[in-house]
Order: sequence, then structure tokens, then C-alpha cells
Amino acid sequence: MDAEIIEHTTIHTLEPQKWVELYADYLYTYALSRLNDEETARDLVQDTFLSALEKTSSFRGDSTERTWLTAIIKYKIIDVYRKQSRGLTVKKADAFGDDENEFFDADLNHWKKEHWPAPFGVEQHDPLHNKEFMSTLQRCLTKLPPLWNSVFKMKHIDDEQTDEICKELRISAGNFWVIIHRAKVNLRSCLQKNWI
Amino acid sequence: MKKRLNTEIEKIAYNCRQATLLIEKKQEVELTNREKLELKIHLAGCYICRVYEEQSVLINSMMRTLFKGTSTDGIKLDDSYKQKLKKQIEDELDKK
Repeated sequence: MDAEIIEHTTIHTLEPQKWVELYADYLYTYALSRLNDEETARDLVQDTFLSALEKTSSFRGDSTERTWLTAIIKYKIIDVYRKQSRGLTVKKADAFGDDENEFFDADLNHWKKEHWPAPFGVEQHDPLHNKEFMSTLQRCLTKLPPLWNSVFKMKHIDDEQTDEICKELRISAGNFWVIIHRAKVNLRSCLQKNWI
Repeated sequence: MKKRLNTEIEKIAYNCRQATLLIEKKQEVELTNREKLELKIHLAGCYICRVYEEQSVLINSMMRTLFKGTSTDGIKLDDSYKQKLKKQIEDELDKK
């Protein structure tokens, strides 16, 4: 038999007895980097193994065990994002709706003077390697509402496309740009306030 | 007296809210021709939004570096939790 045929006939099998040993740390890290909450991340690893066990029959063997488990935990993470953002979209959206008027003039739409973006002063000095500057941004990120944070994570950890994120979080494209815009204006402003 | 904006161009020139939204959008998708033109007109006259654009791009690459670079090596679930998980899986398998 030539190699190509062997490749095509490789069927992956599941060995749940080895899951903890092989994938628990990996899945935990995967969840933790996306959620920043150790307890939730742990719970999700557990949920993932348990629901995987329930649907072993749907595993067709065309992907590896690891890929299959990752897809399951990814779905669960998105579910957490959705739950976190539900309160925001219904109730607090209005509160944040006015938020932009803090930055822009309500009639003419230009920047209010007290919110003018000013140079950070590090632009020319390799800011990505400036630890202080990076950790200022990190602190600012934790202050953002969960939905904004999750959009950034999906965008920058997984390099997901806009339409994919919209579908997963069940938001419209128009809404997506509004969220990104508000989040960014706020984030930038926080960085300026805490850095300069 | 309150300022009134009369022409379309004047409105675009003042509209930093829209310009900054387009700056965000531009980094993800291709803008329509109209949007491109609007942004160009706005940025030509607005130094503040040019600063914003530069910083917006910078913040995106900072986020990418932060999220991806945060050292995840060596992050481990603790052993007692793992033992519990293992037991749970074995119990479930026994049920089958």
C-alpha cells in the first residue's frame, strides 16, 4: 500500500482513560487564556470531558482526539461569553449607549477637548517591548465590560474573522463595529489617563 | 451661538465619531469607496484623529502580543483536581 492511502485511512480513536493525562493541562490553558478565571476554566475542562463522553458515538475519527476536544471546549467558552454579555446587551447597553457622548460632542460629533487623544510618547521607542506600557494596557483591558473583552480575545487570540465572531456571539455586523469602536475609544482613553 | 454645519464636507470634517469608527473598521475589512473618501477628507484636516489612528493600530498589535505572548507554558491543573477528573471519567465509563 502506498503512503497516501495509509494517510487517508487513518482513523483516530478515542481513549478517554488517557484524556486527563494527555489533554487536561492543554485544555485548561486554552480556557484560562480566554477567560482569565481559574475556577471557570477548571469547570470547563470538567464539562468538556463529561460532554465528550456523552457523545463519543458522534466522533467520526476524521480529526484527532485533541482537535475534537478543543472544538468542544471552544464552544463552551463562547457560551460563557454569551452569558456574560447577555446582561449587557439587554440592560446596560443603554447606559453604554450614552457613553460615546462622553467623548464626542453630541451635535457636531467631534472630540471633546478634554478627551483629545494625545501622543503616548512611546510610539517611537518599541512600545511592544515596554513592559510598563504593556501592563498598563493589560490593567485597562480588565476594566472593560466582558462582551468587549471577549470580542477582543476572539479577534486577537484566534484571529477570527468579523462575521464568524458575530455569528458566535449572535450580534449583527453593525453592532459589532459599534462595540469595537466604543471599546477601543475607552481602552485608548484609559491607556492615556494611566500612562501619561 | 451654536455652530451649524451646512455642507456635507463640513459635516465629514467635524465628524470624529464616524472617522474613528471607520478607522476601526478599516483594520478589519475593506471600506466602501464612499467610506474611504470620507475618511480621507476627515483625516486630511484632523490631526487628533491621525493620532487616534496611529494609536489604534498600535493598541491592536499590543493586544495581539499580550494575548498570544502571555506565557502559558507551565500552566497546569493541580493534581488533586486531575485525580478527581480521572475518577469521574472512569466512573462514567463503567456505567456504559
